Amino acid sequence: MSKIVYTRSKGLTDVETHYCPGCTHGIIHKLVAETMVELDIVEDTIGVCPVGCSVFAYKYFACDMQEAAHGRAPAVATGIKRVHPDKPVFTYQGDGDLVSIGMGEIIHAAARGEKITVIFVNNAIYGMTGGQMAPTTLVGQKTTTSPFGRDAALTGNPIRMCEMIATLDGAAFVERVTVTDSKSLLRAKRAIKRAFELQQQNAGFTFVEVLSTCPTNWGINPRQALTWLNENMIPVYPLGNFKDVKVDKA
Amino acid sequence: MRRELWKGNEAIAEAAIRAGCRFYFGYPITPQSEIPEYMAAHLPERGGVFPQAESEISAINMVYGAAGAGARVMTSSSSPGVSLKQEGISFIVGAELPAVIVNVMRSGPGLGGIQPAQGDYFQATRGGGNGDYHHLVLAPNSIQEAVDLMQLAFELADKYRNPVMILADGMIGQMMEPVEWKKAEITEARVYPEWATTGRGGRENHRIVNSLYIESEIMEAHVHHLFSKYKAMEENEVLYEESGIEDAEVVLVAYGVPARIADKAVELLKEEGIKAGLFRPITLWPYPKKRLNDIASLDHVKNFVVVELSMGQMLEDVQLSVNGKKPVHFHGRPGGAIPSPGEVKDAVKKFIGRES
Ligand SMILES: Cc1ncc(C[n+]2csc(CCOP(=O)(O)OP(=O)(O)O)c2C)c(N)n1
Ligand code: SF4
Repeated sequence: MSKIVYTRSKGLTDVETHYCPGCTHGIIHKLVAETMVELDIVEDTIGVCPVGCSVFAYKYFACDMQEAAHGRAPAVATGIKRVHPDKPVFTYQGDGDLVSIGMGEIIHAAARGEKITVIFVNNAIYGMTGGQMAPTTLVGQKTTTSPFGRDAALTGNPIRMCEMIATLDGAAFVERVTVTDSKSLLRAKRAIKRAFELQQQNAGFTFVEVLSTCPTNWGINPRQALTWLNENMIPVYPLGNFKDVKVDKA
Repeated sequence: MRRELWKGNEAIAEAAIRAGCRFYFGYPITPQSEIPEYMAAHLPERGGVFPQAESEISAINMVYGAAGAGARVMTSSSSPGVSLKQEGISFIVGAELPAVIVNVMRSGPGLGGIQPAQGDYFQATRGGGNGDYHHLVLAPNSIQEAVDLMQLAFELADKYRNPVMILADGMIGQMMEPVEWKKAEITEARVYPEWATTGRGGRENHRIVNSLYIESEIMEAHVHHLFSKYKAMEENEVLYEESGIEDAEVVLVAYGVPARIADKAVELLKEEGIKAGLFRPITLWPYPKKRLNDIASLDHVKNFVVVELSMGQMLEDVQLSVNGKKPVHFHGRPGGAIPSPGEVKDAVKKFIGRES
């Protein structure tokens, strides 16, 4: 008899995702879904997906979902959380969504200490629209709108969100992780779970930045993409915990 | 019933609370700032919440989230702020969420002025955001009517799962008038609609609030569905008021506070022996096209004069309704200055060739 070694998380629906082969969006979905299952909150949680490659995430997460306008997920999540303060609420946002057009919404949600969890997927590029420059694009990185490599004199420097958000009193938990190997995956999972737990304890705003790949628009294969991330993104976006208010479980 | 003296903006906020609105999201702007101020002072004691948003964009998206989560919810602003809300309003329409948006209009374009104006008529009635859509637009001409329309606005928003806009000019917001609270306050907890994202709580399927329809056939079907709602609104929700039409040779058409000026001008015209009447749309969308067209067919009606605090926006709806049957003239002041009844009377006399 064969043994089932892997089943899809109950936090995900049976729908097949549209992500490109080797894209780490799928892994990050899985981590969020597993967290919801382990905390037994699939039945309670309300998620908000952005405009970006994860725009269809409302089909994939098994909890109730809302699809927000580009960049506005933290405001939408604020509206939801104020109506249902006892329900876990999360947003799942890309770097164009969160750092560029939605910078105002994310900073103010953090400053207000909105009791939500933000999963911030940073792949240093606009995936969905075909590989344009993001505020997180590395200096020198080629994109379709920085064809000669990002020129800091022309378009500035990458923005480090964790470092910024950690300065805000409303933030309870801020951590940057990645998913390029099994060790980093475990760490990412732990951070996501911790963020949801602290949200449940009403500790404040919780934020997990996940460095992610976009092999399609980076123009390399998935394996090379993992290496590129490790070698080029981590030096600019150092992994680690930036804040944890350490509320004890009751 | 007891009548109390209320400032317009505060009365609008109180009326929303009485209509069961417990979630308000907004950002300060003159001449509507008394609405967020009133909400900040009074929502907590009535079991509600108003976290001041960092922008009108954020406020309307909080409305989207709260409405999608099942709440009775409102935002308010004035012209430049309402421009910023348009993307959000389009999303609220697309996702079929009920919400009330109050626009206490000031003059423009740009930062314009803070005096009363009606320059946002096109934006309100044509769907100011992207895409093929409409929402109801209610235009009160007194604080009493603003209060009465508030509850109706929430009811219609729920009935059609579509946002409703209260379009008021700055005068409605700023003046004080007696108000009678005709309806009892809704204090019962809201029963969340069966589509709202409230957490599955044992439900078999997850609920989705969304305005994305990537497949063209499904998108098209969705828009046809929206338009079936608009058709029902056109059939069932048109509101207007008229007086003196039965023997009028000239019909003045105005909405909001300018309709009160036009009403006074009608009186002055009658004193001079000119048979004048007044037609006042209360719903600006759907527009009372049919009734206006019927009035245009009356033999004794020779002329229409539209009076607005703009350069002529509702004018186009009057022209479309009258459909060439009779001449349509226009008198407007766009810069926040308010015409006097005498000025309107003189303009009407000039248009109909009765200058003394
Ligand atoms: C108001 C608005 N502006 C622009 C767009 C086009 N747009 C869609 S997704 C996107 C960027 C997505 O990039 P990111 O947030 O990094 O997510 P990814 O696709 O990389 O996961 C843009 C600019 C839009 N949908 N709405
Ligand atoms: S375009 Fe990039 S981010 Fe989007 S699914 Fe493909 S690989 Fe992932």
